[in-house]
Amino acid sequence: MAFDIYDFTSLTSSIHEGLATFLPPVGVLVAEWLLVGISVLLFVAVFGLILVYLERKVCALFQQRLGPMRVGKWGLLQTVADFIKLLMKELITPNKADKFLYNLAPFIVIIVTFMAIAAIPFAKGLQAIDFDIGVLYVSAVASLGVIGILLAGWSSNNKYSLIGAMRSGAQIISYELSVGLSLITMIILAGSMQISEIIQAQSTGWFIFTGHIPAIIAFIVFLIAGTAETNRGPFDLAEAESELTAGFHTEYSGIKFAFFFLAEYVNLFIVSAMATVLFLGGWMPFHVGSFEGFNAVMDFVPPIFWFFGKVMFVIFVIMWFKWTFPRLRIDQILTLEWKYLLPINLLNILLMTLIVLMGWHF
Amino acid sequence: MKEIIRYLNDIIKGLCTLVKGMAVTGHYFFHPKLITTQQYPENRATLKMQERFRGEVIMPHDANNRHKCTGCGICEMNCPNGSIEIITRMIETPEGKKKKVIDKHIYHLGMCTLCNLCVKACPTGAIVMGQKFEHAVWDRSQLTKVLNQPGSEIMTDEKE
Repeated sequence: MAFDIYDFTSLTSSIHEGLATFLPPVGVLVAEWLLVGISVLLFVAVFGLILVYLERKVCALFQQRLGPMRVGKWGLLQTVADFIKLLMKELITPNKADKFLYNLAPFIVIIVTFMAIAAIPFAKGLQAIDFDIGVLYVSAVASLGVIGILLAGWSSNNKYSLIGAMRSGAQIISYELSVGLSLITMIILAGSMQISEIIQAQSTGWFIFTGHIPAIIAFIVFLIAGTAETNRGPFDLAEAESELTAGFHTEYSGIKFAFFFLAEYVNLFIVSAMATVLFLGGWMPFHVGSFEGFNAVMDFVPPIFWFFGKVMFVIFVIMWFKWTFPRLRIDQILTLEWKYLLPINLLNILLMTLIVLMGWHF
Repeated sequence: MKEIIRYLNDIIKGLCTLVKGMAVTGHYFFHPKLITTQQYPENRATLKMQERFRGEVIMPHDANNRHKCTGCGICEMNCPNGSIEIITRMIETPEGKKKKVIDKHIYHLGMCTLCNLCVKACPTGAIVMGQKFEHAVWDRSQLTKVLNQPGSEIMTDEKE
């Protein structure tokens, strides 16, 4: 089995050929679905746990604390222990809850994150599906998550849950616009919505450098709107602990709560991955114009490390937001979106169009 | 036009203040030495409590087993929840005078809220707040303490 850390195409094609030798074409398809599904499942579980641990540690450092220190060295096994605890807890369904929707909601939320991960390129050739409209697909699928949140809030038959879900709905639908428009800004520059092509177009320089001013504005807007989309940071009023206990997932316990929890962190990963793909060159190493020697050194680092390094950087910045800024009120959130981000975004698209038409980008 | 300038000004000012806030937390993040959390059972040997920490009421005794308590009972009167009981006895001084001295200064740690009123009220400064805080015992009778050590006397010669 050929394995090349710089290009996973050979690995995936050799798996495909290996399966084809003893399975009929339909069997190969099913086996590959299963393989992809299992690897995405494993990735979500493991990466979710790592992110929860990182969040707690990073938050602690921002607040001059130590964070988890007891379970394992530096508390490394803390999230594993938490997860085992969540698995063993009783699943409580409130008496007057809408049973079907109540049990359906966490699955919608978590399935949506799986669907979005399918289009994320982890490295060259390491991408489940490379749609022609990959960016549109991810933003479309990611916005489905709000249905799960609304269902959870509605079916719990709890005033806190309902208020949290409604806030979350208003917030996500508003910020969807900003996310979409900042994505469009970058699509204008890239000239394609296919994720592999967008990354290929950044082989000479990441879009945040080649697109200069409008790209940087779009990046800032995308970071703000993406933070709001994941219901995190200063925009976490959907679960605002001090007002709504836990917002839309107040009534959930055990593994169903874990689904919401995991989905939140995987959404954080998806937003960071999209920011990485569109602004920071995806898995593309850092290249500067025609410095051959420098570019060769950068090429030496495998793309998968580049990808995860950049994703971790964006995740760190979003965590930085969360643990620095106080929570916004609902009217402030909507003011920020409709009066500031949206007009800036529209002007930014005009600016980007002008720059692309005149060829002023690098 | 004025409106537009104010609008842009708002955005720039807003971004600046956000960056300022992030600089503060970023400073904390990259300076782990600033962490104030202590790892309690591990650092027991080096643990240093704050000066104003109120762990329990104690009565300091000097090297000759003498304290400053006159047995006046003001602390008992000031205690909001009756954690202090003063038992006094009469003794005869060498000059032949009768004098009231403390027999037992009983302190119920289990009832004490560490409000510091007794320490504030004490006219002679005989009782102070101690730093010890590991008070767990197996039986609650052990929480009733006698603060004056057996055979202790009042410091008299200091004033005379």
